[in-house]
Amino acid sequence: MTTAIVLGVESSCDETGVGVVQLSGDGTVTLLADEIASSVDEHARFGGVVPEVASRAHLQAMVPTVRRALRTAGVAPSDVDAVAVTAGPGLAGALLVGVAAAKAYAAAWDVPLYGVNHLTAHIAVDTLEHGPLPPALALLVSGGHSSLLQVSSLVAPLHPLGATIDDAAGEAFDKVARLLGLGFPGGPFIDRAAQDGDPDSVRFPRGLTGPGDARYDFSFSGLKTAVARHVEALGRQGITVPIADVAAAFQEAVVDVLTAKAIRAATDRGIDILLIGGGVAANSRLRALAGERCAAAGLQLRVPRPRLCTDNGAMVAALGAHLLAAAMPASALDIPADPALPITTSLVGSNGAYLENKGAAL
Amino acid sequence: MLVLALDTATSAVTAGLLRLPAAGSPEVLAERVTVDARAHCELLMPSVCSVLATAGVSMRDLDAVVCGVGPGPFTGLRVGMVTAAALGDALSLPVFPVCSLDAIAYQAGSGSPLLVITDARRREVYWARYDESGARIDGPHVDRPLDVPLAGVSRVAGAPGVLGLPVVPPQYPDPAGLVAVVAAAVRARATPGPLHPLYLRRPDAWEPGPRKRVTPV
Ligand SMILES: [Zn+2]
Repeated sequence: MTTAIVLGVESSCDETGVGVVQLSGDGTVTLLADEIASSVDEHARFGGVVPEVASRAHLQAMVPTVRRALRTAGVAPSDVDAVAVTAGPGLAGALLVGVAAAKAYAAAWDVPLYGVNHLTAHIAVDTLEHGPLPPALALLVSGGHSSLLQVSSLVAPLHPLGATIDDAAGEAFDKVARLLGLGFPGGPFIDRAAQDGDPDSVRFPRGLTGPGDARYDFSFSGLKTAVARHVEALGRQGITVPIADVAAAFQEAVVDVLTAKAIRAATDRGIDILLIGGGVAANSRLRALAGERCAAAGLQLRVPRPRLCTDNGAMVAALGAHLLAAAMPASALDIPADPALPITTSLVGSNGAYLENKGAAL
Repeated sequence: MLVLALDTATSAVTAGLLRLPAAGSPEVLAERVTVDARAHCELLMPSVCSVLATAGVSMRDLDAVVCGVGPGPFTGLRVGMVTAAALGDALSLPVFPVCSLDAIAYQAGSGSPLLVITDARRREVYWARYDESGARIDGPHVDRPLDVPLAGVSRVAGAPGVLGLPVVPPQYPDPAGLVAVVAAAVRARATPGPLHPLYLRRPDAWEPGPRKRVTPV
């Protein structure tokens, strides 16, 4: 193979993302386009993503976003060599729009289709910025997920070590932002407010960090309640809530637990690379603290730039390119969109039968 | 002209390949209609490929796509519409929208007033009324079956059984009906109207009320 062009489609939540990447003969994957149409503003007043609103927006945005991505990439449709799409996990109705569109493009262009796992794609996107990925420990944190995963290869099943037992990290950011009267989605608003706050002003609880607690699992529900209690107590005393301080103290509690557990998992497993992905990886304090702690622990830290951490089509295209490079069999045109696609399945085969490559490229 | 027809507005997943002659009715070269309300995404593209293969026609030979735009339950409806839109874009083909109820009405034939209804779930139906010439005179709407006006209607097509009127086929939009409705525009290579879904309902979404306290007042 000389070079190949892969188009990636993402529609698992509220972003219609289409990315275009180029796979070179030496396995390098280069980003050519990363176009996004977001319906986030339509959800803001509901305080969370409304699935039907997101699905409607995907239908309207899908073809225009594909066109824009091809134009930005300077690629003719006839130059596309494979189409990759998020097959799950995510919102059922939203996923369907992307999967159906990707099937149609792949069939019309007569190129292979790769139905991929959204979470694996969050990891694969890092190769666009930092090159090939050796075995690593991945911390995936977003509005829907908080997981610790052992990654041997992008074309092998991921090995889950731990996950949240209640709220996802991003969900906690959304809920606390709402509590503090900040906007949706909460992450960027908390991050901004916390810049002027004192993270030590309150010591909020660190969930599941006791000696007998699950080593690699997370819990953010108690933290969210503790913040609510604190805010209500201030209200009762007639004290104005110091939003910056509360935001900073909450954020510190989240990123403290995330980084501590991720580094512990890497150290336990003898892995020397920590990769952080997902929307919450755009958080500036998480990036800073992870940097300090990785340096102290002698780990290499890899975090994509913020734009690539949040949902996008480039990450799907990047994973598609790695699957193509590994000569993985394409997905059949009868694949479902699977809202609960297991984290161990990176590539969906034909209807009901999931491909799980046992590590050909290890 | 070779026309691909798609519809996913009902529990039928419909794909057909038709030859549209310069005059007269479209001729079905191959069609595949599978009734499965839960597998639109799984079934549609394989059905498209299968009808093309059966007829020995390549995607590149197509001249137009015709797509039912509902009304229909949202999730399934979008599968057909985004498929049609993406095929149209990828193959540089015009995509002609058709009200899915009109396709049923066309196949039910003219001659006497007709009501077309399809299942809207949640104990409601989508409906439209047609006069004896076959022209749509009311609808499409979504309502409870009891609220559908029946005065002057002598027969019903679609997903009947609820209204006690004489039932005529077809039950689902079929490829020939879909293409027949827009045959003139397809033949004239007219610029199609926008491909907008007929949802007829607003999304379920509520703005959050005041937050619940976690500490007792
Ligand atoms: Zn994500």
